[in-house]
Amino acid sequence: MTVAINPTQTGEPVFYLADEHPHPEGWSTSLGFWIYLMSDCLIFAILFATFGVLGGNYAAGPAPKDLFDLNLVAVNTSMLLLSSITYGFAMLTMQQNKIAQTQMWLAITGLFGAAFIGIELTEFAHMIHEGATPQRSAFLSAFFTLVGTHGLHVSCGLIWLVTLMVQVQKFGLIEANRRRLMCLSMFWHFLDVVWIGVFTFVYLLGVLR
Amino acid sequence: MSTDTHAAHADDHHHEGGHAHGTFSTYMLGFVLSVVLTAIPFWLVMSGTLPSKQITALVIMAFAVVQIVVHMIYFLHMNTTSENGWSMMALIFTIVMVVIALSGSLWVMSHLNSNMMPVHQMTGMK
Repeated sequence: MTVAINPTQTGEPVFYLADEHPHPEGWSTSLGFWIYLMSDCLIFAILFATFGVLGGNYAAGPAPKDLFDLNLVAVNTSMLLLSSITYGFAMLTMQQNKIAQTQMWLAITGLFGAAFIGIELTEFAHMIHEGATPQRSAFLSAFFTLVGTHGLHVSCGLIWLVTLMVQVQKFGLIEANRRRLMCLSMFWHFLDVVWIGVFTFVYLLGVLR
Repeated sequence: MSTDTHAAHADDHHHEGGHAHGTFSTYMLGFVLSVVLTAIPFWLVMSGTLPSKQITALVIMAFAVVQIVVHMIYFLHMNTTSENGWSMMALIFTIVMVVIALSGSLWVMSHLNSNMMPVHQMTGMK
């Protein structure tokens, strides 16, 4: 910010802030959104740390080996990975201005995301049915908080995705919609990065323990 | 700040920065690498190929780190020039914070755990 000093005839200096040079709309959005993602990363880091500390306290309850079905986790992981690449295709077709194809890839991404959430909820329901509720042990509290927070993020991403599909349908691939799609792209890929941590540290290392 | 540098600064903003984009081949390369880097740890744990659990744990953690880097480069298009380097700066800062928070918590709490008095000794102290 430039501070200009303009001496008046009386000799008293007058201070004022010079206007910032004009920026196109949304020029700082992607950096701002990236910084939001980094702060989200800190939330997940705290939840991972909590899980790391409490992950071994079963309180004589069920351990990861009794609860986790790695085949199901592998299917779930592939759902999220496939949704990442289909979102990538949506971004590529967006750059080529192909609205119909962009919408199609977004819809496929949404279906994979919904499948991920569906499988995760089935897993949670199965665990709770067996008595492995968040109240059962510190391990389960930490597990449900960490994996549940990730699932909540993916659910919010799905709502956002549907909203953007409506926007694109209504207004086309205008500059604002491209910017929004790019933010959701970063959000979606970021959630996939967090999931790498989840399946490695929670599921695979849990079963190894 | 003089007018000259101000103008140069403004110029900077309009020509550089912005987010990098991927191409079909970079997305596919990222996807194939991710599939391989996901499949191997799952296979290692499910089949129990490696002799000890410690080695398996270290290997799958190494795979996770590599896969995170792959995602950062091929899906999130991280590089040192996007947004004039500020996104990389934010990323490095976050990594430092995450490493401190994670390693600090685990280290301190593991010491606390091993120094904690067992329950049966505590009941005898009343």
